[in-house]
Amino acid sequence: MVGQAVGRWRIYSVILASVARAMLPLLLVFSLFLLWRGHNDPGGGFTGGLVAAAGFALYAMAFQPRSVRRVIRVDLRTLMGTGLLCAAVAGVIGLAQGKPFMTGVWISWHGPEGIAVEIGTPFLFDVGVYLVVLSVTLSIILSKAEER
Amino acid sequence: MEPLIAVTAIFALALLAPQTSRLLAHRAGWLLSLLPFGLFAWMASLSPAVNADPPKWNQPWVPEIGLNLAFRLDGLALLFGLLITGIGGLVLVYAGEYMKGDPRAGRLLSFLLFFMGSMLGVVLADNLILLFVFWELTSVSSFLLIGFNSDEEGSRRGAVQALVVTGGGGLALLAGLVWMGQAAQTFEVSNLPSLASHPAYTGLFALVAIGCFTKSAQFPFHFWLPNAMKAPTPVSAYLHSATMVKAGVYLLARLSPTLGGTQPWEVTLTAVGGATMVVGGGLALIQHDLKRILAYTTVGALGTLVLTLGIGGEKAAGAAMAFLLAHALYKGAMFLVAGAVDHGTGTRDIRVLSGLAKQMPVTGFAALLAGLSMLGVAPMGFLAKEMAFEATLSSPLAVAQAGALSLAAVAFAWVAFVVGWRIFRGAPSQPDAHEGSPGLWLGPMVLGLLGVGLGCAPAWLEGFVGVAAASSVLPGYSGHWSLWHGFNLALGLGVACIALGLIGARASDRAVAWGTSIKGAIGCERAYEAAFAGARRIAETFTTMVQSGRLRAYLQTTIGTTLVLLAAAMLRWTPELPDHVFDIRPHEALLLVAMLAGVIGAAHSKSRLSAVVILGVVGFGVALTYVLLGAPDLAMTQIAVEILTVILFVLTFIHLPKFQRTSSVATRLGDALVATVFGAAMGFLCLMASARQFGEPVSAYFVENSYPLAHGRNIVNVVLVDFRGLDTMGEITVLALAGLGVVALWSAKRSGGGASTR
Repeated sequence: MVGQAVGRWRIYSVILASVARAMLPLLLVFSLFLLWRGHNDPGGGFTGGLVAAAGFALYAMAFQPRSVRRVIRVDLRTLMGTGLLCAAVAGVIGLAQGKPFMTGVWISWHGPEGIAVEIGTPFLFDVGVYLVVLSVTLSIILSKAEER
Repeated sequence: MEPLIAVTAIFALALLAPQTSRLLAHRAGWLLSLLPFGLFAWMASLSPAVNADPPKWNQPWVPEIGLNLAFRLDGLALLFGLLITGIGGLVLVYAGEYMKGDPRAGRLLSFLLFFMGSMLGVVLADNLILLFVFWELTSVSSFLLIGFNSDEEGSRRGAVQALVVTGGGGLALLAGLVWMGQAAQTFEVSNLPSLASHPAYTGLFALVAIGCFTKSAQFPFHFWLPNAMKAPTPVSAYLHSATMVKAGVYLLARLSPTLGGTQPWEVTLTAVGGATMVVGGGLALIQHDLKRILAYTTVGALGTLVLTLGIGGEKAAGAAMAFLLAHALYKGAMFLVAGAVDHGTGTRDIRVLSGLAKQMPVTGFAALLAGLSMLGVAPMGFLAKEMAFEATLSSPLAVAQAGALSLAAVAFAWVAFVVGWRIFRGAPSQPDAHEGSPGLWLGPMVLGLLGVGLGCAPAWLEGFVGVAAASSVLPGYSGHWSLWHGFNLALGLGVACIALGLIGARASDRAVAWGTSIKGAIGCERAYEAAFAGARRIAETFTTMVQSGRLRAYLQTTIGTTLVLLAAAMLRWTPELPDHVFDIRPHEALLLVAMLAGVIGAAHSKSRLSAVVILGVVGFGVALTYVLLGAPDLAMTQIAVEILTVILFVLTFIHLPKFQRTSSVATRLGDALVATVFGAAMGFLCLMASARQFGEPVSAYFVENSYPLAHGRNIVNVVLVDFRGLDTMGEITVLALAGLGVVALWSAKRSGGGASTR
């Protein structure tokens, strides 16, 4: 790949590549962290999705847009659909319990020593937001980058 | 809620049809037809109940606007329901075989089922709005099916034309139905009182009539139906002959007790129906394409139905129902025969078709049966025609109406002879002609046999569905269906028409030759095309006027409009600023100065890249402001957006030529002025808005309930995903659509097609 003329992506920087390779998993973990804590602390699906997209964008710059698609494996359009589906399912779960559409449904688990985990449909909804934001942002950036 | 389940099941099957087609190839239709046939049996089994007391179902949907999932199976619905499911099942079998080897077969079957569910919904619905929803769905499915061969220009044109005409009529219908519901104070169809003396009668009747006339291809809207023949033949047989085009007739029949019996009703329906009948019958004679011939006679038959509904009274109500059934059977069969002929010979041109009986004996026999029924010789056709003649003769305008019906009957007899007999006789002209598989002759054969057979048992038919159907049109109907009414005027007219038709058919060649010499659109269709082209020209003129294609012009228009509207609103306010406006801390002032410097720097920069980077300063300044004001969520989002924007800018710049300054100083000063005024106005607006309290702020509620109700301490996030989650759902849907659009545009550009870049 070094020095190869692949579209506009002629420059291959070892430093950038190393950084990008190290940063991508970190940024992804960070984005998931933002997503998970979003309900109680600053963060959320929207920010998380943007951070993840930025991580992939960095990777695309260091390598090639194609390699990002290879890393993600799933077609971005599928990801968009999955995100919308998550959000819709989160809305329908309340409906299935006879409550109005989008009513939050929560299950909580109280462990020993005061540990409590609460998870509810708003989180699933936030996952949907995360996926849509990530896939839309990334597909716009990648299709722009792939332009010859 | 059996009807709801039935309709939903058909829609669900429509989704499964492509997979079924992939698995079973051309045999898929056989399997898929099990559902309609099952529903046929279910409805048939309800016939005694329907005759006694029509079953009803009701489930609230949006009760606030009177919209309920209300269904009712009375005689009229039963008659239509049996036609829709029965013919639908046969057509599915036929379509599977007809499309054998075509990869799009699954899509066709899917669309057909989609239509079937919609049409069943129309006839079962007992709520005006619900009925309208299904009504529009049939228009949509018809559009999809006419334009099925979307790579042919004629198909696309026909599809758009049908959609514009029926959809335009649908708008009138919607207004009419809503108006009717308000006038009657109920949207429940079975509870509608007679509105004949209501002050709004004329208006709402006109609107409903336009909807029904466009849908049922009545003169002067008849032209879309022949053009809809670009659809694959199973579609023509099913939608554009047996069922969908009868939706208008159905609604007129359904609303007869509500709107009928008045002078406007009688005059309009008999005049329009009569004109349609004569025009359709006449134009059928000069066509050479089998399907167009049948399409025009269908127009004529629809006219007959509207005419009989307009006459009103016992005889006419019975005649309408009998003719409806007879026509659906023989015309469905004839269309399927036309498709089989097309399939077996590769042509539908009657000028070159002859002697097919030897090569396609089964199809020929089915055509003969259908032809006899259409001619009015075979029992079902005879019964219907007798009843129609008696209905017209019973009306005060007997001479005109019976005369018009006679003209149409001559045309029908003529066509019956040409399609049912002539192309199958004589010397074979098509050496390659061959009989199709059983799936291709089962449909026409069954319909043909029914068309003959049902008429043999008029008393049974009357008890099974006839009386019930006619009493939906005319409450208290007590007519009697029988084949032989003695030697009377109706019989005489019928026989005379057959004789004239058979004699006239000898001149068929000359009529067709004359018809072929007419080129291009004529009459009503030309008016439609002129209107369509005119609308297009206006749109084009307007678009070129508004869309200059220059970014500066767009921005100036947007900003200028906003400013004018803002000024108009703000002038009526007493300016009022919050108390702590000038209460600025030093580090905030510093941030402000940095951002201002960024703005000025960006405007002065000599390269795009540096402009973007300097603008980034402003963006991060805004993010910092959020942090200072205690909104970390916003700050994080702002930063992420800022980063991604820079990336996108950079990716775009690669493709742009070197930056040049082409605007004059005056232009740039003007731009600066607009920008400054706009910025100041927005800032002023923000300040004023924060000083004013328009009502109880919702934030208190959010703060209070965020944790107890929504289990979250981050109010911003709780608002996004829970309190106002529906907004977010809308936003991500728009986002996903926009994303798909952008990707599609780029890939279209990459592959060198489509998207123009101006």
